[in-house]
Amino acid sequence: MKNKFSLFIIVIFLSFCFVIFYKGLNTPNNYTPKINEKKNIPIFKAKVFNSDSYINSDEIFEENIFYIVNIWASWCVPCRTEHPLLMQLSKNESIKLIGLNYRDNFDNAKKFIDDFGNPYSRILIDKDGTLGVEFGAYGVPETFLINKNKNIIKKFVGPINQEIVNEIKLIIK
Amino acid sequence: MKVLKIFIILFLVTSFSGLKFAEASDVLKNKILKNVRCLICQGQSVYDSESEFASSIKLIVDRKINEGLKEKQIYQFLREKYGDWVIFDPQLNKNTYVLWLLPLLLFLLGGAIIKKKLKN
Repeated sequence: MKNKFSLFIIVIFLSFCFVIFYKGLNTPNNYTPKINEKKNIPIFKAKVFNSDSYINSDEIFEENIFYIVNIWASWCVPCRTEHPLLMQLSKNESIKLIGLNYRDNFDNAKKFIDDFGNPYSRILIDKDGTLGVEFGAYGVPETFLINKNKNIIKKFVGPINQEIVNEIKLIIK
Repeated sequence: MKVLKIFIILFLVTSFSGLKFAEASDVLKNKILKNVRCLICQGQSVYDSESEFASSIKLIVDRKINEGLKEKQIYQFLREKYGDWVIFDPQLNKNTYVLWLLPLLLFLLGGAIIKKKLKN
């Protein structure tokens, strides 16, 4: 009786371990914070690209439309792959794209925009990466979808793809 | 001459207290940075890392200390931005209570088993 009980406990324990490790196989190793609750956009002041002026966040997101905040840099290779998709999104009238130029050199960033086109209605400069932290980002590229109530409703880490563009289009419809 | 002496003493006292303040905020800054996880590194704290993410967090923490925020408020700020995972020391909440209570439960269970064995 005692042996049967021990066997039962061992089987339960081993199946528990199996389930845990099997689940672990399918989950990615890198951590991405979940956006469960809607976050408000941060309050900040940023330098405007190609000018000496500064702008407040409430002036940037003043229209009653959807916004996309895209963190990019000229030195970031994945940013090049997502750029045509951003250009495609920028043609949509119910959304405005805000670029956050992350830890970049001005001349290189300007060349990037001249070469590949400018999908952004406004570009802000994040020289030291602290503006990115305000958004909860930890690198480039990263894309945030902001709804009409000025809440961040989606966060895409890494370059966006056609699937994500379709998802965004579905949300803003 | 007397006035000059007083000025020199005042100057020394103020610069010394300024140094003391800088030292204290440096200690606090390092303490916070050692408790913040570098999210793009493998098992490193922001204090240990030289990555871009870590250097941005260092700047932000420095700025928040200068703004007069307390240690807990800075943790709260980072937690709001990046979730509980960013802090090495997890808080007791509905997501972490198993983590906190399981060792205690196992300890009690072990104690109960030992007690039973000793009785027998």
